Amino acid sequence: MKTDLGRELLAEMYRRMQRIRRFEDQVVILHEKGEIPGALHTSHGQEGEIVGACMALRDDDYMVGNHRSHGHPIGKGAKLDALMAELFGKQTGICKGKGGSMHLADFSVGSLGETSIVGSGFPVATGAALGAKMQGTDRVSLCFFGDGASSEGTFHESLNLAAIWKLPVIFLCENNGYAVTTPARETVAVADIASRAAGYGMPGVVVDGQDVIRTYEAVQGAVRRARNGEGPSLIEAKTYRFKEHAAGLGRTFNYRTSSELEMWMSQRDPIPLFRRQLVETRGFTTGEVERIDREVETEIEASIAFARQSPLPDPREAFTHVFGRTA
Amino acid sequence: MPQLTFLQAISAAQQEEMRRDSRVFLMGEDVRCNMFGVTTGYIEEFGLERVRDTPISEASLTGVAAGAAMVGMRPILDYTLGAFMYLAVDQLFSIVAKSRYLYGGQTSVPAVFRANMIYGNSMAAQHSDRPYSFFMGMPGLKIVIPSNAYDAKGLLKSAIRDDDPVLFFEDTSLWSAKSEIPQTEYLLPLGKGKVVRDGSDVTVVAIGAMVGLAQTAARTLEAEGISVEIVDPRSLAPLDRDLILGSVKKTGRVVVVDVSFETCSAASEIAAIVADEGFWDLRGPVIRVTVPPTHIPFSPVMERPLYPTAEKVIGAIRKAMG
Repeated sequence: MKTDLGRELLAEMYRRMQRIRRFEDQVVILHEKGEIPGALHTSHGQEGEIVGACMALRDDDYMVGNHRSHGHPIGKGAKLDALMAELFGKQTGICKGKGGSMHLADFSVGSLGETSIVGSGFPVATGAALGAKMQGTDRVSLCFFGDGASSEGTFHESLNLAAIWKLPVIFLCENNGYAVTTPARETVAVADIASRAAGYGMPGVVVDGQDVIRTYEAVQGAVRRARNGEGPSLIEAKTYRFKEHAAGLGRTFNYRTSSELEMWMSQRDPIPLFRRQLVETRGFTTGEVERIDREVETEIEASIAFARQSPLPDPREAFTHVFGRTA
Repeated sequence: MPQLTFLQAISAAQQEEMRRDSRVFLMGEDVRCNMFGVTTGYIEEFGLERVRDTPISEASLTGVAAGAAMVGMRPILDYTLGAFMYLAVDQLFSIVAKSRYLYGGQTSVPAVFRANMIYGNSMAAQHSDRPYSFFMGMPGLKIVIPSNAYDAKGLLKSAIRDDDPVLFFEDTSLWSAKSEIPQTEYLLPLGKGKVVRDGSDVTVVAIGAMVGLAQTAARTLEAEGISVEIVDPRSLAPLDRDLILGSVKKTGRVVVVDVSFETCSAASEIAAIVADEGFWDLRGPVIRVTVPPTHIPFSPVMERPLYPTAEKVIGAIRKAMG
């Protein structure tokens, strides 16, 4: 069944997916050239579930992400300039050059952090939902986490807490099949992480994470439930990571077959899948889609120029933001 | 002025701040049943939304407090025993301490984390911890350890109003000790210590309940003509270095009394600061009175000798006097 989502929303979904893809294509090159320091954790292949989940939220809803952090703020609608500048380690970066690739959080779009210790985001997202509820708002909180994080103790604690307190939080598992190199099938005792929801008395749903619209609809259902005061949900988006765990690790690791990778990249890439859907069944012309591609390219070029022109932080800035005001 | 116990002062501080600011709420294990007597009348006044019993999930509760704080609430999380904080160290370090910094000042974590310390009561190695020193090595956490009921009230109120996370340690040996508490509101600044006794021969920096031991020692030595100055840091982070160094400049001798394990203790840090920055004012060695590096045993005959006492402080002062 095809839901009518409206052209504007569909175009914006496509735009954000392309923003993530093209942004990361460029940062990989800039990283190789040495303009971007550190390690780089890219979301190539996961853009569908990221954007589908984010766009089911309102602008004022909260979101917590993880070390694979570039896609989440872009999916939630962040401007690119400060994100790019952050990766360059510049003063104008979204975190003033203190966060970098694993912590690309833009609080102006509702982010409450992209936190790089696996599993550390569950409690924060749960706490934001508690705050939203106590303040009498109908805001919800979305928690991105990977298959690996589902084995952390905070997963259990936070899902239980969210359930007993009926908190408006959506736990969105981005199951890309591997925790760095370790297959989820070896570390998770059940076929679907979503089935663990039963243990917390909340709904658990499996969705095709390569399908932006399916993910959007699943999260939308959970958001509706959360806003109605019916409590949390667990959604597992089955997805795949096209690149290594991080760029800059120095070598590739032999943990997945090239045929598996090739299959996902050629048949299950969320961006061509969505583009085909837009043109074939949702009334978009190729020209319209290509215009979005060009607009995104221009935005990314501008963000790179902005990052290059931005000043480096004063080394003394290393000592600011440890504390704020003292009462 | 009315006399209140340390616990009543804690209760009053929370209650006043919860009345003043609807963003403040309390959560923890067994807070509803008022296990230690700090939440008398809270449910009736504030309801179950703001006096929240929790599952035993210290790690997540710590991050829940952080998340709620990030969106504008002012949570107080009561861990009860300090040793239970160990379950939450990732959240305390990775989230609570670092979020303001990591995100370049985009957020703050105005939450208070209360932990009590019961030792000397045959609770054995896992239930007798005094963990405040362990947290001093992590930037971004404020650490408060009051030595009396009056300070506890003023410091806790400031902690609740502070825009940064505060770890608030309560020595349970002080819980029933009374102070005169004014009926008018007062706040005490975080990061500021206090000279609780003026003296000229030796400075005793005493942390939390150790202030009482230092006062006993000072009274005893006064009869012998030794004039002891006692400095109560009140906060360990930020630490009032100027107050300590100023006192050492005056006396030229220093003893630090701390019920932590000695290695990397608050006492060791203070001793190092004095050695680094106050060396030329010193007329003798810096002496620490702490707990030796063994675990806390159950049997009272083994446990009792491990902690600082007034006698040990007197011995240390004599040693410092040379």
